[in-house]
Amino acid sequence: MSASMQAIAEQKYKYGFTTDIAMEDFPRGLSEDIVRRISAKKSEPAWMLEWRLKAYRLWLTMEEPDWAHVKHPPIDYNDLYYYAAPAAPAPKSLDDVDPELLKTYEKLGIPLNERAALAGVAVDAVFDSVSVATTFRDTLSKSGVIFCPISEAVREHPELVKKYLGSVVPVRDNYFSALNSAVFSDGSFVFIPKGVRCPMELSTYFRINARNTGQFERTLIIADDDASVSYLEGCTAPMRDENQLHAAVVELVAMDNAKIKYSTVQNWYPGDANGKGGIYNFVTKRGACRGKNSKISWTQVETGSAITWKYPSCVLLGDGSVGEFYSVAVTNNHQQADTGTKMIHIGKNTTSTIISKGISAGKSENTYRGLVKILASASGARNHTQCDSLLIGNECGAHTVPYIESRNSSAKVEHEATTSKIAEDQLFYCRSRGLSEEDAVGLIVNGFCKDVLKELPMEFAVEAQKLLAVSLEGSVG
Amino acid sequence: MTALPSKKLEAWRYTDLAPLAAISFGAPPAAVAQQLPALDLPRLVFLNGVLSQNLSSSLAFAQPFVPGAETSAQPLAQINAEQARDGVTLTIPDGVDAGTILVISHASAGEPFAFHLRHRITLGQGASLTIIDIAKGDGVYWHNPVTDISLAAGAQLRHYRLQDESREAYNLSTIRAHIEAGAAYEHFTATIGAKLSRTEIHAALVGEQATAHLNAAQLLTDEQHGDFTTVVAHKAPNCPSRQTVRSVLAGLSRGVFQGRIEVDRIAQKTDGYQMSRALLLSPYAEMDIKPELQIYADDVKCSHGATIGTLDDAQLFYLRSRGIPEAEARSLLIRAFLDEALEPVQHADARVLFDAAIDNWWRVQ
Amino acid sequence: MLEIKNLHARIGEKEILKGVSLTVPTGEIHAIMGPNGAGKSTLSYVLSGRDGYEVTEGEVFYNGQDILALAPEDRAAAGIFLAFQYPVELPGVGNANFLRTAVNAVRRKRGEAELDAVAFLKLARAAVKRLHMKEDFLKRNVNVGFSGGEKKRNEMLQMALLQPGLAILDETDSGLDIDALKIVAEGVNALRSPNFSALVITHYQRLLDHIVPDVVHVLSAGRIIRSGTAALALELEAHGYAGLEAA
Repeated sequence: MSASMQAIAEQKYKYGFTTDIAMEDFPRGLSEDIVRRISAKKSEPAWMLEWRLKAYRLWLTMEEPDWAHVKHPPIDYNDLYYYAAPAAPAPKSLDDVDPELLKTYEKLGIPLNERAALAGVAVDAVFDSVSVATTFRDTLSKSGVIFCPISEAVREHPELVKKYLGSVVPVRDNYFSALNSAVFSDGSFVFIPKGVRCPMELSTYFRINARNTGQFERTLIIADDDASVSYLEGCTAPMRDENQLHAAVVELVAMDNAKIKYSTVQNWYPGDANGKGGIYNFVTKRGACRGKNSKISWTQVETGSAITWKYPSCVLLGDGSVGEFYSVAVTNNHQQADTGTKMIHIGKNTTSTIISKGISAGKSENTYRGLVKILASASGARNHTQCDSLLIGNECGAHTVPYIESRNSSAKVEHEATTSKIAEDQLFYCRSRGLSEEDAVGLIVNGFCKDVLKELPMEFAVEAQKLLAVSLEGSVG
Repeated sequence: MTALPSKKLEAWRYTDLAPLAAISFGAPPAAVAQQLPALDLPRLVFLNGVLSQNLSSSLAFAQPFVPGAETSAQPLAQINAEQARDGVTLTIPDGVDAGTILVISHASAGEPFAFHLRHRITLGQGASLTIIDIAKGDGVYWHNPVTDISLAAGAQLRHYRLQDESREAYNLSTIRAHIEAGAAYEHFTATIGAKLSRTEIHAALVGEQATAHLNAAQLLTDEQHGDFTTVVAHKAPNCPSRQTVRSVLAGLSRGVFQGRIEVDRIAQKTDGYQMSRALLLSPYAEMDIKPELQIYADDVKCSHGATIGTLDDAQLFYLRSRGIPEAEARSLLIRAFLDEALEPVQHADARVLFDAAIDNWWRVQ
Repeated sequence: MLEIKNLHARIGEKEILKGVSLTVPTGEIHAIMGPNGAGKSTLSYVLSGRDGYEVTEGEVFYNGQDILALAPEDRAAAGIFLAFQYPVELPGVGNANFLRTAVNAVRRKRGEAELDAVAFLKLARAAVKRLHMKEDFLKRNVNVGFSGGEKKRNEMLQMALLQPGLAILDETDSGLDIDALKIVAEGVNALRSPNFSALVITHYQRLLDHIVPDVVHVLSAGRIIRSGTAALALELEAHGYAGLEAA
């Protein structure tokens, strides 16, 4: 890459810097020994190690899925590092955190110092394989909310972890969930007790820094009866020439009348304009609405990653439970995204809403893939799905692959999908009012995505809008 | 014989051919005289998979069947290529309006048997033709026809199919249409019979302003399984395509619609539309829909919609409150529901045929 | 001052403008009238820089600057405003957001300070009130679900906020009720000053009862065939275009 090209690419992806800090990592490759070492490193109880080993042995028998509309060279799972963490001993409090790390998060716009932090947002900062800081823990614990790294939860709240881990996404669910179950290193654990409305937004900020390292985070959020929580995750990574693997598992459990709102602004490094480098984002996210009238709402803004493969889903078990999926997926240059959701209606009078907005530019491929399944038990179930695709330029692809299955005659399912481009007259209208072509595209695209963006917590909606504009830079003209 | 497609293939995820694979099908038995539809039209009649010279009209544009060697990636077309012994070959010269031809297949089985008709329909520039294709029978048999259609510039083919096979039979039909500039392929299938059936259409729009209308009505009950699968490939600019599919499912039946619109990079100004709606009339029926868009051109208008539900109680009540008995009210609403799919069928004889078949289906419910 | 010199333009192979010449001195309002198909809309699009209109000959200067080479947004920044005959809908884009983005883009290019949200809203609300629009106007999506009259009012609102030096009104009276017509006229008249000029392109005379032009030009078959005072418009109203074309 020439110096000027580098400069342009860097300007577009402003989170591409690396942090220079002493790291400890395990040798490359995956084996039972590595699994044992990860478990030992986290001082895990024996049951957790057993769980991991079972997952590892299962994973060995499985094959990588090939049904998604994405292409990539084979991944050599034995060429990755499965654990990398800052070498310094785990900090006891924010005051002990390595200043280099604090600086990193500050540069990312996530100050960890509680005085400087965004009001009303508690942050768990995950750096490669470990959580380096969790803010506002005291404030939260006063209301009974548990918000901590999952590695800590395994030690401190084993009864909760045992009960719920793998209960929504079984180890054998798919290739990447099995892999994650074997080697997951860190992530967030949230428990909202009965009747508690979480007093702050919770958020986890994931950062991949180390070279050739896979990040396998695991998040588990439980909202007990009548509890509610809003959770947000953000992700970035340095610009590196090689592809890096991110294979996360997120499980949500909502009991009677509980509400979980889970928002993602995914901005992993997408690779350069020629498709070199970038994160492979292979993620399994699923929520179980176990209680009656519970609600799980997924909102995602996906602008990063070389490849995105994720289908945040809802299993609507409780009568009257509600599942929502709001998604914006933008692909540019050589990015590939195959994303969507599954809504499984089991309980009576369950409802789901899917709004998906896909924008393809450059030479990218963008696929919506979704399943709406109404079981015979789901009397009175309702689904409404709206999938819209926007193409910018004539070298990209936009695909819609919905699966709609109904076995209940009292259920009502509606699906609509459209594909369009930005109309010339819309562009001209904006330009004749003084907007540059890129600003006009940004404005129109944000309008196209409005139904999804309005679902994001306010603090992040603005950020997401800017991100959309940046992701599409250079896609017109 | 080439193996039947497995359920593991994405294209067959909703239609399981295991019951078919479990039956051993013999060669077709000799035909016996049959009660055939009384339409007064030139006709070609196949009894147990063989053209009956006695019952068929002598047609100017019909040629004798010639076996053809080919390989196909689609298992059923490949099986047909290996096994076909007879079929319609029609070649309509440029500019000729060949009117309406009735094609009837009747099968009557003692022991299970299979037959694989291969039809080839070629229309020259500006030629036009209407085909009314009726498949009927009794007993256990497997009808596996392939129809290859080639329409030169400006040609028009109206293709109306009534699949009213024996309720114990299997009908797996493949239709491949090559449609050149300005040519129009209009298709309607009514799926009423067979234990398990599938109509799979591959329509390629290869010249500007080529059009394809692929409509279907599926009326299923008991343990019937009906699958309507389409792939419309837009390979040239400025082509419109329309698909309207209606499924009415009673008993334990299962309906499937899979429809894919593919738009090549070159196919700018494509106008692709697809609408699939299903009514579940019983608590045990199931509908599976997979509408798919695969788009590689930016200046296109493509959309699809799908709904699954049941009859609207409010509408039903409204009709009954005006003195219409419930059964009649239901029938009225179902007819209205099917109308959009039937609407392009303007041919008087075909319309009478389909109306009668639908009314009859409803009467036995 | 707008100077159009021997302007020829075509769409595809079809020549629409066949040598239009006219000058609008600063401070004046000129009307262009003409029968359907004379090239009136083409002239407005060529002046504002829409793609698909190819200028084959001639020049257009605005305040001494050759504008034909400028992008549409740069023409807007230079002070040219086109009021669309059919304003375009922008689903999901809020009117206030759109207006502020446009105003600030133009201010930036003119070297003026951008307006923050509060200052802008104050300005916009005042303009909304002045133009007798409903308060919720700013909250709705740009032109989506607007009636014909509302769309035109929105154009006037944009014009009031962008403060152009030259407004081009493209058949702004088509499909307007009389009240909306008055608002359009008020919108233009409010800007009337020694520094503002306008080109009012219309088919009917009735708009000119409310915006009295200094000069009226008749465009027919791609050329200006006659120019005169406001009285010319009345003459056209009385006798139609047919007589002129024959002359």
